[in-house]
Amino acid sequence: MWKKPSFSDEITNEMYTTGTRGLNCCIQCATCTSACPAVAHMDASPRRLIGMINAGLREEVLGLNTFWMCASCYSCSEHCPKGIRPSELMYVLKRYSIWKNASKEGLVGPDFSRRFVRTIMRTGKSYEPGYAPAFIFEGGFQGLLNEMQMGLKLMSKGRMPLLPARIKRVDNFRRVLSRIMPLDGIE
Amino acid sequence: MKKKFAYYPGCSLETMAASYHVSAVEVGSKLGIEFQEIEDWNCCGATPYSHIDELLAQTLCARNLAIAEKEQLDVVAPCNACYKNLGHANEHLKEDKDLAEHVNFALEADNLSYAGTGSVHHLMHVFVAEGFDAIKAKVTHPLTGLKVAPYYGCLLVRPRAQGESRETEPRFFENLLSAIGATPVDYPFRFRCCGGSLIATGRQAALGMLRDLLRGARQAKADIIATGCPLCQVNLECYQSEVNREFGTDFAIPVLYFTQLMGVAMGVAPKKLGIGKELVDAKPVLACAARARSAAKESHGSKVGKS
Repeated sequence: MWKKPSFSDEITNEMYTTGTRGLNCCIQCATCTSACPAVAHMDASPRRLIGMINAGLREEVLGLNTFWMCASCYSCSEHCPKGIRPSELMYVLKRYSIWKNASKEGLVGPDFSRRFVRTIMRTGKSYEPGYAPAFIFEGGFQGLLNEMQMGLKLMSKGRMPLLPARIKRVDNFRRVLSRIMPLDGIE
Repeated sequence: MKKKFAYYPGCSLETMAASYHVSAVEVGSKLGIEFQEIEDWNCCGATPYSHIDELLAQTLCARNLAIAEKEQLDVVAPCNACYKNLGHANEHLKEDKDLAEHVNFALEADNLSYAGTGSVHHLMHVFVAEGFDAIKAKVTHPLTGLKVAPYYGCLLVRPRAQGESRETEPRFFENLLSAIGATPVDYPFRFRCCGGSLIATGRQAALGMLRDLLRGARQAKADIIATGCPLCQVNLECYQSEVNREFGTDFAIPVLYFTQLMGVAMGVAPKKLGIGKELVDAKPVLACAARARSAAKESHGSKVGKS
């Protein structure tokens, strides 16, 4: 008989390529939390996050900033005694929340990631000023000034280009990517 | 025979980290290693590609790997993040034939195919593999007295390869610094994260993480921090003034690429290593280089005198 997969099943299934063990073997020891250098800025610690997923609290989980505060340093994955890789879980939750368009309000991360991917899809190379609109207004007027000042300093040292770079076979490159997913879904 | 690698600079080395690129090439030529840039390489995807789609992220990396394979060369990446992305994509694709088939279907559109015949290395691994004695043999201007915090960052050592013991505490960076005459300090934060892209997406978190790293370097009495990652370098150096503004600190710790230090120790002119493009002045390194130069002249003079 078909049974609708639970939220925990859904998330665990999404982790299939990562070689992690399932979230259901979490013993809530909080080793991940103590290994995390960004935990002070998370709504809920990695341990609590896993507990909430296992309890099926889908809406509450999607309302957290926790996975968008993950810097992908892999410290938690290195230390988990049960072989769970929480860093991969954070990636999965970022993807899941972008697909479902269900991120917490006011986060910079989702917008930044979309802008980044769009830039690469168009040119094949990264260009920092292209993502700046995602975060440049966060620090208010003073923040904007500071950011521009640094940009100018870097430019004067020859470390910031005026124009984005481009790979040569950009058309072929786009054809490659469009065989993986429809580009207009992202652009 | 001259060693040759397919060189994957990555986007930062064309812009923010241009000095990493020039110094890597200089040191490579000193050690007899040739870097042939991967023709028409594309971005490795950094982290955001995995935020949108895993398969897409693997495909981006696979295109670079496939171009390198055509030349039958192993890949070397100077950036920690590129190294991790390319290396992991390579591992995944080798293991998972279905995934490789799917990716190859996409690569056909650029007349490429991935077979999994190559391997991926970090630039630091490539230099270390030459042997510390071989490096020492090239040192003409040892960085005597320069106290350096070896900052590995995350992705050079994590996530660890399958089966590699977690207890292994790498010391290759420290040993490399010793080989060029510098003094590696005991830096407890050497594997701690710099915040990575949180500098854009979670500014407060990143600044706090950077403060910890800078404070750690100061407590360890380091003159400078050395790194092998453009993201770590930019975060630690360019945002140092913002850390100071935010926390009322007064850090002024130069952050250089390990290749710049190797180059100085091997007698390459600082300008050729991109030294001078810093936002935090590299004074301690330049002073050390000047001392080494006059010491080299003196010893040369005394040798001539004796003979």
